[in-house]
Amino acid sequence: MTAFFQSLGMTYEWAWFIATIAGILLIALPLMLAVAMIIYVDRKVWAAMALRRGPNVVGPWGLLQSFADGLKVFLQETIVPSAANKGLFLIAPIITFTVALLAWAVIPFNSGAVLADLNVGLLYVLAISSLGVYGVVIAGWASNSKYPFFSAMRASAQMISYEVSIGFILICVVLWAGSFNLGAIVEAQKSHVGIINGFVANPLLFPMWVMFLISGMAETARAPFDLTEAESELVAGYQTEYSSMSFALYWLGEYANVLLMCALNAVLFFGGYLPPLDIPVLYLVPGWIWLFAKILFFFFIFSWVKATVPRYRYDQLMRLGWKVFLPVSLGFVVLVSGYLMLTRYGV
Amino acid sequence: MIQVLTFYLFASIMIAAGAFTILARNPVHSVLWLIVAFFNAAGLMVLAGAEFIAMLLVIVYVGAVAVLFLFVVMMLDIDFAELRAGFIKNFPLGLAVAVVLLAEIVLGMGAYRAGALELGTPDGSGAAPAGASNIEAIGALLYSKYLFLFEAAGIILLVAMVGAIVLTHRQRGGVRGQNIAQQIARRPEEAVVNTQPEVGKGVSL
Repeated sequence: MTAFFQSLGMTYEWAWFIATIAGILLIALPLMLAVAMIIYVDRKVWAAMALRRGPNVVGPWGLLQSFADGLKVFLQETIVPSAANKGLFLIAPIITFTVALLAWAVIPFNSGAVLADLNVGLLYVLAISSLGVYGVVIAGWASNSKYPFFSAMRASAQMISYEVSIGFILICVVLWAGSFNLGAIVEAQKSHVGIINGFVANPLLFPMWVMFLISGMAETARAPFDLTEAESELVAGYQTEYSSMSFALYWLGEYANVLLMCALNAVLFFGGYLPPLDIPVLYLVPGWIWLFAKILFFFFIFSWVKATVPRYRYDQLMRLGWKVFLPVSLGFVVLVSGYLMLTRYGV
Repeated sequence: MIQVLTFYLFASIMIAAGAFTILARNPVHSVLWLIVAFFNAAGLMVLAGAEFIAMLLVIVYVGAVAVLFLFVVMMLDIDFAELRAGFIKNFPLGLAVAVVLLAEIVLGMGAYRAGALELGTPDGSGAAPAGASNIEAIGALLYSKYLFLFEAAGIILLVAMVGAIVLTHRQRGGVRGQNIAQQIARRPEEAVVNTQPEVGKGVSL
């Protein structure tokens, strides 16, 4: 895009600056729209699985429901509890929302179509996702209220636990791809097993994908791991005291994070913008359509799980993270690196 | 130009955040200022071309260490009046520590300026090979030249972790734990009995 702005007669610095701003807007604005629509999709899928109709009043088939909800919370009064730590109370949802948008900078939408082509792209994603916990923890503490605080404690323990196994899973992928750059990881998946594009067809990495999907649900606190907002125990979790736009920011941030997890599943294990099979005809479809199709597929899985699986108990969640996923993923790091050492680099 | 601007931006925010870390009255605010400082340090690392270190700084310090700080500090029930009452009592000690640190810095800088320190000149052996990215260069160095030091560091961390667990773990009696494998292995045949009791007889289990 820099070249395009340079062709308009700008110097390189200005062209780069304008191109970056344009890129940010090009990702952030459609993402906001996508989040609004994905909330609608989530509710519809959930409703269909519960034999209900779901939102069907606002707009055709209820398509505008999320916008109506957005308008409603926008017009509401923002209430700050008198005992709350006011500054932090207001900063917390902004942190959650910003962090949810930041990681999208390194997701490749097509070959070369990435805002920041970092050679430490995956580490950047890890770094940003490890910040997500602050929005929740600060909200819990700044609310100065019992249940949000419990929820914040749960959330931080949960996110830190699952980040460990996610780290090991990502190491397996990085070892196989030989790069931290997300674009290079996608390219490494081209006709990985036969004509299938994607690490998921690899018998050594398939279990990693299953664990990554489950860890992703835990990391984004989606059902069945939504203990941070378990309404039967914690009212509404860390967002109990939030209202109006500050509440909406949590909502949007949460779904943007879920979409990011879906995108990471697609990019790391399902070939990102590559078509599922390495057949020339399939390359006629633009890469970003494949990526979006894969993201939607994973979002359907997330909604499906939410509609069908009962919530975990907290000790079961911790057991799964530390006693099952951590040893298994650590074992796979040894297995994968051993296999690669044997086949690629010789003993 | 832009590098210089961003350097001064990151550096000044970092120093300000560091100052606020010790000046903030609320310990939770202190930890949050510390996080801001870490962040700007990561920004400086990116400017220096060490993006791997920058990411590690954010992942390890901001993502893990500072969360634990925050965790502990939030749980504390701190009485500010009591803290401030100890100020006068501890003031001489604090002053002494500060003076010693300042003296060390002055001495060190003086020795360096006077040429007492032989730091050697870079002979190029530590330079990254051309074309290799940050991670590759660090990895190639860490797993070849410094392999034993690296593994020794790993073992020390492992021992520290095991030590911490051994020191804090206590076996509590009377806790009813779950044996998940046992629960899953249970089959309907061994758990359910179908009976046809006569009317008025009831069932004995």
